[in-house]
Amino acid sequence: MTAVDFAPTDDQELFRATARSFLEREAPLATVRSWIDRPDGFDAGWWRQAAEIGFTSFLVSEEAGGGSLSGRGLDDLLIVAEEMGRLVSPGPLVPANVVAGAVSTSATRQQRERLLPGILSGDHVPGWCSGVEVEVVVDGDDHHFVLRGGASLVEAGAQAQEVLVTATGSAGLTQFLVPVDAPGVTVTPLVGIDLVRRFARLDFGDVRVDRSSVLGQVGRAGPALQHQRLVALVLQCSETTGAMSRVLEFTLDYLGDRYAAGRPLSSYQVLKHYLADMKLWLEASRGVTALAARAVHDQTDEAEELVRAAAAYVGEHGTELVQKAVQLHGGIGITWEHDLHLYLRRVSLNRNLGGTPAEHLERLAELSLQQLETS
Amino acid sequence: MSPPEEQRESVEQFARRSGEWLAANMPRLTSEPVHERRDDIWDRQRELQRMLWDGGFAGICVPRDYGGLGLPVEYQRAFTAESLPYELPFYLGTPTFSIILATLLDFGTHEQKLAHVPGILRGDTIWVQFLSEPSGGSDLAACLTRADRREDTWVLNGAKIWSSAAEACDFALCLARTNWDVPKHRGLSVFILDLRAPGVTIEPITQVNGNHTFCQEFFDDVVLPLDALLGEVDQGWTVTTALLTHEREGVGGSSPYVSGRNLLAPGSTVRTNPAAVLARSLGIADDPVARQLVGEQRMSDLVQRGLVERVSVGVRTGSLPPSAAALLKLYTAGASVRRTEIAATLAGEGGVVWSPGDVETQERADKYLIRQADSISGGTSEIQRNIISERVLGLPRELAADRDVPYREVRQSSRARTD
Repeated sequence: MTAVDFAPTDDQELFRATARSFLEREAPLATVRSWIDRPDGFDAGWWRQAAEIGFTSFLVSEEAGGGSLSGRGLDDLLIVAEEMGRLVSPGPLVPANVVAGAVSTSATRQQRERLLPGILSGDHVPGWCSGVEVEVVVDGDDHHFVLRGGASLVEAGAQAQEVLVTATGSAGLTQFLVPVDAPGVTVTPLVGIDLVRRFARLDFGDVRVDRSSVLGQVGRAGPALQHQRLVALVLQCSETTGAMSRVLEFTLDYLGDRYAAGRPLSSYQVLKHYLADMKLWLEASRGVTALAARAVHDQTDEAEELVRAAAAYVGEHGTELVQKAVQLHGGIGITWEHDLHLYLRRVSLNRNLGGTPAEHLERLAELSLQQLETS
Repeated sequence: MSPPEEQRESVEQFARRSGEWLAANMPRLTSEPVHERRDDIWDRQRELQRMLWDGGFAGICVPRDYGGLGLPVEYQRAFTAESLPYELPFYLGTPTFSIILATLLDFGTHEQKLAHVPGILRGDTIWVQFLSEPSGGSDLAACLTRADRREDTWVLNGAKIWSSAAEACDFALCLARTNWDVPKHRGLSVFILDLRAPGVTIEPITQVNGNHTFCQEFFDDVVLPLDALLGEVDQGWTVTTALLTHEREGVGGSSPYVSGRNLLAPGSTVRTNPAAVLARSLGIADDPVARQLVGEQRMSDLVQRGLVERVSVGVRTGSLPPSAAALLKLYTAGASVRRTEIAATLAGEGGVVWSPGDVETQERADKYLIRQADSISGGTSEIQRNIISERVLGLPRELAADRDVPYREVRQSSRARTD
């Protein structure tokens, strides 16, 4: 165990400032609200600008056109996620980066050249199916495959031109890059608790693809899918900590401005103690998320444990912090007009996406018990 | 003086040499050590510390003038990482090293440091802090113990309580009031107290679990030399504030002076999940409710590790103030409560009624009964929340009836002793 230094580099600090001012200028909350009624939940031109700053490039290798600020792309990307969480930004952050990373790591040159330039420029939005709900059968020779089944929850599934889907079959888990306009693919947009992040159900009715659609090796996609899921969970945790930090800030301001019985609400000890707890939840969330990101990047044998611990803790305390902020705001906190519900929607989405806290705890128990068997 | 950087071995070299020395000299742990300061452990602690001293690994971050190695904190961290499989003097970590040694280095004169620091590093002296008083609770500055100047001495009178294992200790840092005509925080001083001095009486307190982790002390005309004063006269609150910050570092696991595992914050270093061990031994590892608790235990330990890193880096880089150590204290107190509760719940019926001689089950029950201790000692969780809200978040301070009032005019608890 070596000491890990979490201190941000100068480049990362500068990038954070750039990302924050970009989001504050181009997608303030009023703008985000105005995008609620758009089918895709965001503005394509805005996403291209975001991509230009680097929102989709940190998990992509330099030779493939990406690059990281610190040598740890996931750490850099956490900054994006946290800043987007602060302003409940829309946009396909998770699928774009998960797919970009996967393509950069495992794709053939042809696939890379087909997909990466579009993802990196923001012109192309990829979809990512987090589950394994699709079956694959080999069609005749081993160069053709038939995909059958439904992916029930695909972020940006209706905005994507192409999706990454994991299928199970006699050969094992295999990942495919499938154009959504391929014959047999049906896309059904869904409606969710978050007002600007979009999901869809994808049905694969005997979709025929050939070997050029396979990402990585046939039957060997287990570790890749696991890594993608851990990356997605860490990004969600970071986005939630961003939301928590912003909510705590404006709650502190509000309680400082608002007076009851001649004194600011923030001078009442019971309220101060709530706020102290909220600060603890925020810093603990940040700490465990940063540890988890390091472990995922380094692919240590504790990576899944740390990610599950982060997802369980941040999931639970992210929603708790925002609900507590609603309580501290009083009646205004449950109105449409106040921004709190935008944050509550986002942290609630992240809390359950990719597993609930209870599911993460169950998996942590399994891992702890497995360790006893092997130690 | 530290050795110039170019002559120093690298952290990696130091880690390798430490690992080799530890393997050759220190006993390997045969079971997970626990935070439990039984009455009979202290001679062993002195012996283990002496082994570190003889091996040249005592006081890694302590200046060389006072017997240490004068190395940066990375070397201490590397040593601790190497030391995890071995028995080290865990119980000296807090308070002797993380709190007392750190405070002596902050405020001691050259002579005081020469007189006391090497003895600590050799394992010759174990220290305790005398802060809390029977009347004061977590309000440490409401100190009624007095030190009066009499010719070329200070004369100490009063009582302290909740000092850890004072019976086994040799010296104390003692907070006393030296000026009653100024407000609460401005009339205090800190003294180095030899516990063998005439007039010092130490009585162990029997806790709910039968242990004597804490003591109370009485001082009757204890005569101290002038050089027993640590820091400036009437500036004792400055010393105490530093001391409390070091305490939070010690409890949270970020002290640069502690070697070995931090038993006060076990999650930060231990890999094994104690709840998983318990669930398996009870045969309930397949029970879904038990598994939620086992998972929660692991989550709690890993989150603690993340928080330790977050707070230490935050304080070092300035994104968090030093008082953010209160976040660690608040977290570890809550985690400790949950740890005992999880164990008690997993144990079920068999955890509240057991066969005679089942020591393990009895200890688990005792821990549950005393589970609030970590949320009380070293400043209650309520005090930590005050610190976080006022000093970390900058919220308005609590109204204090004793602010800016000469201390002799401040009302005391009805049973408190006054002058």
